[in-house]
Amino acid sequence: MNEFAQSARSALDLIVHADATLVRTVTLSLVVSGTACLFAAGFGLLGGAWLAVARFPGLRAALLLLNTLLALPSVVVGLVVYLLLSRSGPLGSWGILFTPTAMVIAQTILVVPVVAALARQVVADGLRDGGDPLRSLGAGPLLAALLMLLHERWAVVTILLTAFGRAIAEVGAVMIVGGNIEGVTRVMTTTIALETSKGDLPLALALGLVLLAVVGLLNIAIGLVQRSRYASVVVHPR
Amino acid sequence: MLSTLLRLSDASVQLGKVTALQHVSLSVRRGEFIALVGANGSGKTTLLRLLHGLIDGNGARRVGEPAPVQAMVFQRPFMLNLTVWNNLRLALWLARARVPRAEAPARALEALQRVGLVESRDRPARVLSGGEQQRFALARAWAVRPDLLLLDEPTANLDPSAKKEVEALLLGFAAEGITLVMSTHNLGQAKRLATRVVYLDRGEVRLDLPTAQFFGPSADERARLFLKGELPWTLE
Repeated sequence: MNEFAQSARSALDLIVHADATLVRTVTLSLVVSGTACLFAAGFGLLGGAWLAVARFPGLRAALLLLNTLLALPSVVVGLVVYLLLSRSGPLGSWGILFTPTAMVIAQTILVVPVVAALARQVVADGLRDGGDPLRSLGAGPLLAALLMLLHERWAVVTILLTAFGRAIAEVGAVMIVGGNIEGVTRVMTTTIALETSKGDLPLALALGLVLLAVVGLLNIAIGLVQRSRYASVVVHPR
Repeated sequence: MLSTLLRLSDASVQLGKVTALQHVSLSVRRGEFIALVGANGSGKTTLLRLLHGLIDGNGARRVGEPAPVQAMVFQRPFMLNLTVWNNLRLALWLARARVPRAEAPARALEALQRVGLVESRDRPARVLSGGEQQRFALARAWAVRPDLLLLDEPTANLDPSAKKEVEALLLGFAAEGITLVMSTHNLGQAKRLATRVVYLDRGEVRLDLPTAQFFGPSADERARLFLKGELPWTLE
């Protein structure tokens, strides 16, 4: 208990004095996971909207696969991306293994299924009521699905928050493709794992607290945004 | 002779295992106000959706030349989670093939004035009252200048005052030359508004008569029973 209290005090010291290592690690984590979520939003929201209205042979199998990918283990993603980007792999010539770019790619692959599956469900549910009226107004199936994402934008924000939470909290994929190189690819989760194994609990604990704070702040921000949920969204006609 | 906007010939619709419409032949002529009546599940909504082209059926669906501009108002108006104004602008943007961009703002404003909702333009559409939502849905449909307006029980769930407002708007649209096809359970409303009544029973058109004739002595026993159930005083 004494050791925990001492570690907690040291951790708070690091946070209060904005320790350089701590700040660098937190910043890289936010940049990597934020970028991954941006890409995942692009691919996942479009893909999910399309899957909600697409009709093709094999759709059921595709949905089953997508739902299975929700539980995709991060180490498997890390392994696959590692094999692709390693020097002998098909994309080895890119030379991006053990860089933040590789980490972004791995986390994007990890969270795209989350965004796509949840977005598909939101759109499909919304179109049950709104599908015919939107088609009646002249929207084609895909446009109706995209409008449903606009309609359900608060649900979309929650989906992206969920995806960000999954990305920033994972350790397996970034450890494998990033290599946990200090000052280059070391993010919060990999540092926590490393420092804990080294016995440097204050830094690990400080990063754990920051990780919790980041998620807490995001939730507060979402709450504030949702308060103004009826604020006008400007529609720009072409 | 009124020109035909839409014609169904021997149309049937199968929804899963249910035959929702069978062998329906119906012509919608310019300037008519048609009331579709019948019990729940008789096929009124399916017929409206078929007329509007939202579903496919067997048989022929022919549109007149030039193709009429259509709009539909649903029983539960659907509005995007946007302001009244942006919902309207979005609807006009979706109809951009028929509504020139430069005209859209004026049309939107005119539509809101038409239904008395100018004051509500910046309010979220989804917090409007039931009556206001239905008036907004009518404004949105009217803004595209439809030749044919299809209405699925537009006054169901409205209080008498809101119902009256919607009916006044519909009569106004009819007076402007818009052809209307409306499903309703309210036979009094059908009698007040429609020029022609189509009675559906179990997916089939049983009667298709001018309003005065429909509410007179009917040869069809099922229609008689339906009227008796709904308007017993008319047959006593």
